[in-house]
Amino acid sequence: MRNSDNVIEREEMVIRFSGDSGDGMQLTGTLFSNTSALFGNDISTFPDYPAEIRAPQGTVGGISGFQVHVGHSEIFTPGDLADVLVAMNPAAIKANSKLIRQGGTIIIDEDNFTEKNITKAGYTSDPVKEDKLEDYNIIAAPISTLVKEALKDFGLDPKTVMRTKNMFALGIVYWLFDRELKYTRSFIEKKFSLRPEIIRANMEVLNAGYNYGETIEALTPTYRVSPAKIDKGTYRNINGNTSTAWGLLAAAEKANLELFIGSYPITPATGILEELAARKDLGVKSFQAEDEIAGICTAIGASFAGRLAVTTTSGPGLALKAEALGLAVMTELPLVVINVQRGGPSTGLPTKTEQSDLMQALYGRNGESPVVVIAASTPSNCFKFAFEAARIAVEHMVPVILLTDGFLANGTEPWRIPSMADLPDINPPLAIEGDTDYIPYKRDEKLLNRKWAIPGTRGFEHRIGGLEKTINGTVSYVPENHEYMVKIRAEKVARVVTKVPDMKVYGAGEGDILVIGWGGTYGHLLTAVREIIDDGLIEVGFAHFNYINPLPSNTAKVFSCFKMLLVAELNSGQFVNYLRMNFQEFNFQQINKVQGLPFTVAEIKDKCYKIVEI
Amino acid sequence: MVEIETLHSPKDFKSDQEVRWCPGCGDHAILSSIMRALSALNIPKEKFAFISGIGCSSRFPYYIDTYGFHSIHGRAAAIASGVKVANPDLSVWEITGDGDALAIGGNHFIHAVRRNIDINIILFNNEIYGLTKGQYSPTSAKGLVTKTSPYGTIEEPFQPGELVVGAKGKFFARTLDSNIKLSTEIYMEAARHDGTSVVEVLQNCIIFNDGIHAAISDKAHRDDRTIILRQGEPMMFGKNSDKGLVLDGLKLKVVKLANGISEKDLLVHDAEENNPGMHTMLANMRYPGFPVALGVIRAVSAPTYDMAVSGQIAKVKKSSEIKCVDDLLRSGSTWEAK
Ligand code: SF4
Repeated sequence: MRNSDNVIEREEMVIRFSGDSGDGMQLTGTLFSNTSALFGNDISTFPDYPAEIRAPQGTVGGISGFQVHVGHSEIFTPGDLADVLVAMNPAAIKANSKLIRQGGTIIIDEDNFTEKNITKAGYTSDPVKEDKLEDYNIIAAPISTLVKEALKDFGLDPKTVMRTKNMFALGIVYWLFDRELKYTRSFIEKKFSLRPEIIRANMEVLNAGYNYGETIEALTPTYRVSPAKIDKGTYRNINGNTSTAWGLLAAAEKANLELFIGSYPITPATGILEELAARKDLGVKSFQAEDEIAGICTAIGASFAGRLAVTTTSGPGLALKAEALGLAVMTELPLVVINVQRGGPSTGLPTKTEQSDLMQALYGRNGESPVVVIAASTPSNCFKFAFEAARIAVEHMVPVILLTDGFLANGTEPWRIPSMADLPDINPPLAIEGDTDYIPYKRDEKLLNRKWAIPGTRGFEHRIGGLEKTINGTVSYVPENHEYMVKIRAEKVARVVTKVPDMKVYGAGEGDILVIGWGGTYGHLLTAVREIIDDGLIEVGFAHFNYINPLPSNTAKVFSCFKMLLVAELNSGQFVNYLRMNFQEFNFQQINKVQGLPFTVAEIKDKCYKIVEI
Repeated sequence: MVEIETLHSPKDFKSDQEVRWCPGCGDHAILSSIMRALSALNIPKEKFAFISGIGCSSRFPYYIDTYGFHSIHGRAAAIASGVKVANPDLSVWEITGDGDALAIGGNHFIHAVRRNIDINIILFNNEIYGLTKGQYSPTSAKGLVTKTSPYGTIEEPFQPGELVVGAKGKFFARTLDSNIKLSTEIYMEAARHDGTSVVEVLQNCIIFNDGIHAAISDKAHRDDRTIILRQGEPMMFGKNSDKGLVLDGLKLKVVKLANGISEKDLLVHDAEENNPGMHTMLANMRYPGFPVALGVIRAVSAPTYDMAVSGQIAKVKKSSEIKCVDDLLRSGSTWEAK
């Protein structure tokens, strides 16, 4: 550990890496966050990148960012404002100048601040002056020149040399936070195991960056963010998509069912399909379908055949799957549909986050077609809710939509690894050979689910289909039968509530204002509420929903304990209107944001104070 | 033929549902041929899964006492793919029509065929939409007058056989609804073939497109206007077996077995040839210039998708250190907090 007067101890810090989409900022950010997690910090990350793989160089639209929040104290969000910004070019300043904390540190590649690049970014003169950042702690390093110098004897082509620039920047950041290079070295060694010269070059540049920091030490302070006090256990860093995939695997193991995933690649959900395609060792059958419809239809086929069946997608894909989802509702087959939400409508903002598919999930089908809808709220609890989606689907014989979003999918945080022994068993209502006669839509009295008779089971041959039918599976157009079936399918979904835990309010159990959220906004809302509690001016509670249909049974009771109800969500008011429909006795206020970005903590706090008029 | 004792007789496959196709519809004969084939295949009843889409033909699963799934329009191929990949032990059949498989379900159809998933696709081709009461389909002959083409269609129809070959298909056969003996044989061949088998059944819709196949299916002309292809046999046809097919340059030609042309000058059918050139020409033959080809036109053996999936899983399972989810959760970079 560094022993210097110039070391500032901090509870938490936010670092944002920002550059062209080809500058390797996502990798740099990932390496820094993994290093910090291994060091023992609590972390939260937020990759923010354009949809184009190589967007126009040097322009604001082409900027790819990766934000990491590291803490000695508990961290729930990637942070509103960056304490340290790595800006590889002028456009990176332009894109972020309002997102840097007053007086923060900005590391720039001086060599990239040419007249041409300055103009491209939309400046007329020096960006630092133009954006009034002179008082900030600017570390202007001639990164390109220094990288060329460091690698001059390596005999590499100029393009390869320039590709290591991100390692120089990373080296400076490691120096700034007094971090070890060990993890990064082993990562690079693994990644380029077949190209020793690339390993050497990257390490050379990383060290050069670190040493550059040492040489300027006298001029600039460095930071210490000590390890967080976290619960005992084994941890790993995980993003929402991987955690979703693993939750499904855990459910399959607990249900003793083979896992089948039928999906079509779509941003930002593809990571789940990729992860499961790699899990042949756990017997996963992954089917990359010809389109979204075939994705869900193969999954429905697999469900009919008795497997834990999943299809993954994002908003536009869910729209395409709607008709088939109705078939799963009608045939009462278990099915998990995962929608990693992104900005819409239409193609919208493929790489940006939003919560605007709630209404689609609840109602986006023809006819009376209720499904269970649940939502994950942190990258790591995607595991829990993917498991839960599978459990509900299989035990209740019903399709379940799990909503996550781009922010959860790509964001990472440390996760205390659970043990499979601690997870509940899942019990599919299989029709077993030797049972009495099988009647396809005969129901359990309590849950109203039907039995699952799997093709291959002797004596239970039966037909199901999309037409309305009687409990025997016989097609029926009898008016009363249809109404009865519509009601009982809805009641079956409603009875899932018997297994839904009560809503637990964070903070005050009653008082001035209840902040209400759902899904991926959890971290920001929680942080805001904690800060309001610390301020001590108003009595605030926080109710965050993971179960949307059905809602927890104590919901109305919780609402009745507060003078004001504020629903915060990243859409124009879909959940708040759903609540208004279900609880007409309450008056809900709302805060909405539809920018493809998460809330900031400050936005939530301001709104709370504004409506209680403090 | 020696009658052997089978697990189930054809009538064991009759379900308790009343068959609701129009009296005289070709579908009735297809149902009875398939029941015969299932009985002859001698597979336990519970191992069959019949998946259909939407249309007259797609009501089929209700009428047969196996596991069955009457799904949604066009998607039967995708659902059947899921069933088969999930459980390769099942004998999976897709029942579909020209609209269901080749219009709304065209994408799923070609991809199922391309992947070579071991399902038997029975395509009832009546060249019309029956259930919606008489609109043209993707196989309707150009110029056909229907409710949605009052001045005749202006679209080029698909030839299902050509489409199968274009989609890298390995098995294509054609039969006539009314020819129960030939149909039964073909369904059995399709079931025994490993990989996607497509059987085009020329089916008569007595209500909306009556007689569309009459020119070749009428008893009086049938033998002169169709040719039944059999593996290893000369391509010979006609009531008196007096006609055959030869190659004239790169094209097929009908010849009379007379004036020095004999059986041994005729082409010999080889369904197992991988090169699809001849199969395409045979599948595309149209009356009046040619006899319409019936029988198994193409049957090439190739690895199936469902077996490849299982094979890959077995292989990776052997070599991977991850044996259960606990192993996975603890793999890679982890750290201890004390
Ligand atoms: S409409 Fe045509 S195809 Fe449909 S059942 Fe009647 S005859 Fe058969």
